[in-house]
Amino acid sequence: MWDYSDKVKDHFFNPKNAGAVVDANAIGEVGSISCGDALRLTLKVNPDSEIIEDAGFQTFGCGSAIASSSVLTEIIKGMTLDQALKVTNQDIAAELDGLPPEKMHCSVMGREALQAAIANYRGEEWQDDHEEGALICKCFAIDAVMIEEMVWANKLRTVEDVTNYTKAGGGCAACHEDIEAILEKVLKERGESFDPAAAPLAKPEAVAEAKPMTNLQRIKKIEEVLNSLRPQLMADGGDVELVDVVGNIAYVNMTGACNGCQMAAMTIAGIQQRLMEVLGEFIRVVPASQMPKLTDMQETTHA
Amino acid sequence: MPDIYLDNNATTKVDRAVVDAMIPFFTEQFGNPSSIHRFADGVARAIKKARGQVQELLGAEHDSEIIFTSCGTESDSTAILSAIRAQPNRKEIITTTVEHPAILSLCEALEKDGYTIHRLPVDKCGRLNLDAYQKMLSDQVAIVSVMWANNETGTIFPVEEMAEMANAAGVMFHTDAVQAVGKIPMMLQDTKIDMLSISGHKLHAPKGIGVLYLRRGTRFRPLLRGGHQERGRRAGTENTASIVGLGVACELAMQHMEFENTQVKAMRDRLERGIVAQIPHCFITGDLNNRLPNTTDIAFEYIEGEAILMLLNKAGIAASSGSACTSGSLEPSHVMRAMQIPYTAAHGTIRFSFSRYNTLHEVDEVLKVMPDIVATLRKLSPYWDSVNNAPFVNPEQAFQPTYA
Repeated sequence: MWDYSDKVKDHFFNPKNAGAVVDANAIGEVGSISCGDALRLTLKVNPDSEIIEDAGFQTFGCGSAIASSSVLTEIIKGMTLDQALKVTNQDIAAELDGLPPEKMHCSVMGREALQAAIANYRGEEWQDDHEEGALICKCFAIDAVMIEEMVWANKLRTVEDVTNYTKAGGGCAACHEDIEAILEKVLKERGESFDPAAAPLAKPEAVAEAKPMTNLQRIKKIEEVLNSLRPQLMADGGDVELVDVVGNIAYVNMTGACNGCQMAAMTIAGIQQRLMEVLGEFIRVVPASQMPKLTDMQETTHA
Repeated sequence: MPDIYLDNNATTKVDRAVVDAMIPFFTEQFGNPSSIHRFADGVARAIKKARGQVQELLGAEHDSEIIFTSCGTESDSTAILSAIRAQPNRKEIITTTVEHPAILSLCEALEKDGYTIHRLPVDKCGRLNLDAYQKMLSDQVAIVSVMWANNETGTIFPVEEMAEMANAAGVMFHTDAVQAVGKIPMMLQDTKIDMLSISGHKLHAPKGIGVLYLRRGTRFRPLLRGGHQERGRRAGTENTASIVGLGVACELAMQHMEFENTQVKAMRDRLERGIVAQIPHCFITGDLNNRLPNTTDIAFEYIEGEAILMLLNKAGIAASSGSACTSGSLEPSHVMRAMQIPYTAAHGTIRFSFSRYNTLHEVDEVLKVMPDIVATLRKLSPYWDSVNNAPFVNPEQAFQPTYA
């Protein structure tokens, strides 16, 4: 059985706001193609203040789908519609103390139901912005559709390319066979054939420089690396910002969806790895929240 | 809280007598059966005894037809890969749409290597069409692999008849019998089955031990080559303790064969009759007249299996489900899809599988909690009309989510 957090279990065994809101004026009905789960979210919105006064859910789905629906209704009650639109699936998962990677789509379904309900209230048509496929990389929760799109869009040819562009396959490596299968399929459709020995696409970064760099050069280099990684992070709704470099420690702020994301630690480890490759020296990447106070930092610098 | 285990098709408790028989082979007679010293004393003899016990349960003609392996999956892979390597000119394989992944995944991989895989479909009751099967048989087919009994529904396939048909066409026949062995009496020497897979942990032996039955004279190519173990057909030092355990488990299964088909069946029947009588909108899947005595698979409409299992687990009851969420795959069970069970029911299938350790009292405990569990989840379901406590008149029309 899945390793669910106590919060997931609590919301499943004692769901909040189950059932339809009787005088609802916003209804969102969505399903997740990836597991057949489906959710109807009903809201009672105050027409003057646009505040969500009541929310109810009806869910056909597994334990984490029911828990995600339940916690969603708790999160959005009392919010204005504009505030509610900012709720991300990571917010839902975080409120549940995390979900297993295979179950993240349950939180996505919650966010989509919310968007659909608000669109319904405003008389708009809700358009789904992504398609979900079979989960390939369990370490970074990357699905087949995402990998396929990136392979098409960036003319990727090797497993290493896929890892560089999507993170998929960058962890335990057990999914490399599945990634190769996707590459084989797409390359065939492109009229090419998959060659496991093909050279990966050139990485955007230059190789390590022999000469020792000044601190300014290093900071510029670090910024370059972060810029090159930014599209991947932004694809996930997040971003990274360099706060300071002290000795061999780079302090960064993970923002957007990366902030509080369970994958943040792994993302930081990935950034660190890339920085070390490019700079050719040992670098530690540390969240800025752990940065020592300014006075201490002076000491560190002079130490 | 009761502790009721009804997931015996997933795995079984190791019988105490099996554990007792195994212990000396860990602690005293731990020697390599190939060695010539007192630590190996009697180990080879114990393996021979176990081989005889497996032979007896299968009704095999010779004990040398029993090859010990590490699991059912290894036996399945060995059988199919042997057949295609022994007959390199035959590039087709016949199987069914409802096999275990041990067969289906291997066939998918072989398909990429250029093999043609014929997958026999099933009808809504999970039955095969033997006329269609007859038409697939040809001198291009390397092997037919058809399970004896289905792990999800318990539906039994007519493998003895199908083996006769394959034999008449000059085609090898393998059956994955991991769910059937010990539950259905077998006399393999009277059949044309060439190869058969067993998994120890499905019949109260430990995990990590399996058997491939290989009819004498069947052309064979080993999967693992190396030492002389298993007459060179499966190299690797024998898993002596587990082999001894499996032997004892086979003997116990033989002794309980009648109990399995009377008492265990009675428990299963009482449970499914009780559920169908008390709970509206549920139905039993598979071929009701031709099933394993210990298995029932019930589809509860408009709710999802994992949620049912979590509530059952809270009540101290262990079962399993064919829903997508429990398998970690995209779709509900391929067996349910093959039988064209509607989406809203396939996701809510629960399999209860019994063993000789269950009791009628346990059945009544399950019957006590099941109606409430289903009612609780239906109250949450968008397909369910809570006001009338029934599904909406047209459930699929009443709720039409946008799938993303």
